[in-house]
Amino acid sequence: MTISTAPVQVGAEIPPAEPPGKRNRLFAWLIVLAGAVYFLLPLVTTGYWSLRAVKDTLGFEAYRRVFADPAFVESFTESVANAIAAIIVSLLIIVPTAYWVTLRLPRLRPVVEFITLLPFVIPAVVLVFGLIRIYGRPPLLLTRTYESSRILLVGAYAALSFPYMYRSVDNGLRAMDVRTLTEAAQSLGANWATILRKVIFPNLRVALLSGALLTFAIVIGELTVALFLAQHTFGPFMANLTRSKVYEPAAMALVAFGLTWAAMGLIAFLTRPRRKVTR
Amino acid sequence: MTPFLSLNGVRKEFAKSVAVEGFHLDVAEGEFVSFLGPSGCGKTTTLRMIAGFETPTEGRIKLAGEDITYSKPNQRNVGMVFQSYALFPNMTVAHNVAFGLRVRKEEASARDERVVQLLELIHLPDKGDAYPHELSGGQQQRVALARALAIRPKVLLLDEPLSALDAKIRDELRYEIRRIQQELNITTIYVTHDQEEALALSDRVVVMSRGRIEQVGPPFEVYNTPATAFVASFVGQLNRLNAVVKDNTNGVLRVGDSEVRTTSPVDAPAGSDVFLMLRPEELTLDDQADNVLTGNVDSVTFLGSIVRVQVAVNGGRLTADLFNERLLLLPVAGESTLVSFPAHACWVMSRESR
Repeated sequence: MTISTAPVQVGAEIPPAEPPGKRNRLFAWLIVLAGAVYFLLPLVTTGYWSLRAVKDTLGFEAYRRVFADPAFVESFTESVANAIAAIIVSLLIIVPTAYWVTLRLPRLRPVVEFITLLPFVIPAVVLVFGLIRIYGRPPLLLTRTYESSRILLVGAYAALSFPYMYRSVDNGLRAMDVRTLTEAAQSLGANWATILRKVIFPNLRVALLSGALLTFAIVIGELTVALFLAQHTFGPFMANLTRSKVYEPAAMALVAFGLTWAAMGLIAFLTRPRRKVTR
Repeated sequence: MTPFLSLNGVRKEFAKSVAVEGFHLDVAEGEFVSFLGPSGCGKTTTLRMIAGFETPTEGRIKLAGEDITYSKPNQRNVGMVFQSYALFPNMTVAHNVAFGLRVRKEEASARDERVVQLLELIHLPDKGDAYPHELSGGQQQRVALARALAIRPKVLLLDEPLSALDAKIRDELRYEIRRIQQELNITTIYVTHDQEEALALSDRVVVMSRGRIEQVGPPFEVYNTPATAFVASFVGQLNRLNAVVKDNTNGVLRVGDSEVRTTSPVDAPAGSDVFLMLRPEELTLDDQADNVLTGNVDSVTFLGSIVRVQVAVNGGRLTADLFNERLLLLPVAGESTLVSFPAHACWVMSRESR
């Protein structure tokens, strides 16, 4: 008897059956399409509207005017700076807290989770009036100058970021063996600050990035808190523009949309893993 | 001789249970000591107290003449290797190994030199730039060992370092650990639940059960002259037959219809029920030794270097391990056979102590 060494043709004898998920896949594509229409249609129509600043021609006049407005660049830059400050404050509060809860106080986790969720429960308007009440009079007078109010604004943004930041960091911590890594570092002589800086923070990079991106997205166009603290940030600028102009708000909305994504991309780029792989 | 590491009356209580109690142990410099026992026996807790991750409820721990009972883990200068390797995933192999030296602010040139030296010691000289996830489990554990050794620790602690590895790598790495330990003459405490590992590696084995030390001694002694019933049953395989004491002063027992002679007096009155314990490798399927029993072959399992034969005898069932050789005539299940063993192989245990 000879044994054939020819490769067996898979499926040669059995006629290929219709994939069972074909209808499901079609349905899935329909949902994706519906979602895409839902999200893209407003962008497309806004884009179309923004191009009609000059009568009967499509052009970029509205964009030219937006960029020519010095307040646009100023307010946007200020919002970016505020967002970055809020992200840093939030990280410095959330990472050590989540780390300590994971390592030493796991029973406190539900309590901390609840506290970090509070910004979802408390409306921004309530938050800002609370802040003004507490910090609008001595001994903690912070509303007197524009710059000191800005501290309040950053603080408020950091608090608003807690639900996103805590969840991201907590997920990141759960994904690594925090306790053993900590003990390994301790046995090698590291103190808490070194462990956080050299071991925990770098290994949370992806988690921190997603928390930071979410914070950035919320903070960049935030209106309520900025308005009541009389800050000239991007949110109030945009709201103001909507009241007085026709085509520029549409152009600016798209520019802001693009800039926000670009800024997020920049964060992602700057914090990318720098690993050289040599074998 | 003053001990290099000593644990004196150490006790550790957790909220609901006592994990370790009455733990006394002196370890000489350069000695390799294994803590062996089933899970929950307190071996890892004891190791963690030496490392400083747990604080004893009672007792003192001294290392190199210094009382370290309450000092912080990062001030003890002990090297620790974990079951899960615990390499820092964000750092290359070289950075992992250098971590402890960086923390100590050692000079860069000395640090690099030490890293090269250690990577050579663990036979991974060209993996310095690799990240932990690019290495196999065995390689990662070697790096973890190098990292722990880099700081020139006073004592090296290994917490089941081979448990997560497959059998072949485990064997290789086991000898590697011993080689490195002897080369550096570093005092080592090794926690394991694998008796073979403990016996193969250690100068002395500490057998633990329920938070207490059952026996401390060299592997040969622990295996051949177990101090307690627990040690006898936990370290190595053990056959247990029902027997009755016939003559306690001369050490004669009755197993079924046969008489069994032991070498020492039996610590139980004549006529009382006892257990006769025998190591599988002490049995042969012939009539050449002091004591001979008859039985029927139940099953024969071929394990490569040894052949394991189960024999039903009057008084219980025996497992005999025979060395494989090309001309060995394998017994056949169902046939009758003789089982013999020397008098010195017998170990008698009263039924109450089980």
